[in-house]
Amino acid sequence: MASSSSSLPSMEFDIDEKPHVLAVDDSSIDRKVIERLLTNSTCRVTTAENGKRALEYLGLADGQHPNHGDLKVNMIITDYSMPGMTGYELLKRIKESPNMKEIPVVVVSSENIPTRINQCMEGGAQEFLLKPLQLSDAKKLRCHIKKLNN
Amino acid sequence: MEVVQMQRAWVEYTKSLFREFSYSFFGWMKGFLDAQFQQLQLLQDESNPDFVAEVVSLFFEDSERLLSDLTFALEQQSVDFKKVDAHVHQLKGSSSSIGAQRVKNDCIAFRSFCEEQNVEGCQRCLQQVKQDYSLVKSKLEALIRLEQQIVAAGGSIPMEELSF
Repeated sequence: MASSSSSLPSMEFDIDEKPHVLAVDDSSIDRKVIERLLTNSTCRVTTAENGKRALEYLGLADGQHPNHGDLKVNMIITDYSMPGMTGYELLKRIKESPNMKEIPVVVVSSENIPTRINQCMEGGAQEFLLKPLQLSDAKKLRCHIKKLNN
Repeated sequence: MEVVQMQRAWVEYTKSLFREFSYSFFGWMKGFLDAQFQQLQLLQDESNPDFVAEVVSLFFEDSERLLSDLTFALEQQSVDFKKVDAHVHQLKGSSSSIGAQRVKNDCIAFRSFCEEQNVEGCQRCLQQVKQDYSLVKSKLEALIRLEQQIVAAGGSIPMEELSF
């Protein structure tokens, strides 16, 4: 289990290097809440409204050439139920990518379905959280953010 | 109006929103807003003074679109219950995220009528959702106006007084 640190993130990162989180959710309300929750914990947040956009952002979409020179993502948080591609399918695509598979992925869902949770954990998710997200979840999320090795 | 009076009015008003009532269409009654709304208030601060108002505004936009889509879907000769359920699921999600408890609970009941493919049941649920949405909307609008008045008068919103 990841150890949780109650001190500020600057302990693990350069002071001016905020962790960058990609948040994927088809609900504009949830995107806004997740963004606020994470920026409140001093993260930089990029949002995507579905799996396809998320993959495009990561350079993993069909037909794209993986070119991640500048892209730095410390964590991905995705909703499970999204049109087109579920959060689980997105998780699998990320874990299949040699460049992106190390990025911790957290799946969130409004539905507490054990088979769904198991599926995501077995698929490589770092954690599965229930919606609606609360302030106390921000701490859990902070634990999963990975420091990039250069 | 004096700032202290406004603050007291705000606390009493929001408390009333959380008070349990004793009757409803489905046999139980909940407060209009639940603890999730408080979580949103706690995310608001001097550097994000309009956070709650912005989330609420997104909720109104989202809900109005979904309610209109639901009305249209249920008017069809042959109702596509999968579509209806998808819309209700979305509405349940956004009302849950904002803490609009009654609307969320209405959606839960709505989904079971979708599962049964019961058109009349769905239409009744839609009416209930529209009613509760309209009520929570006017309360939220009043709450935000009051908060803005407090801030404009130089006061601050007494978050600590809200507890459930």
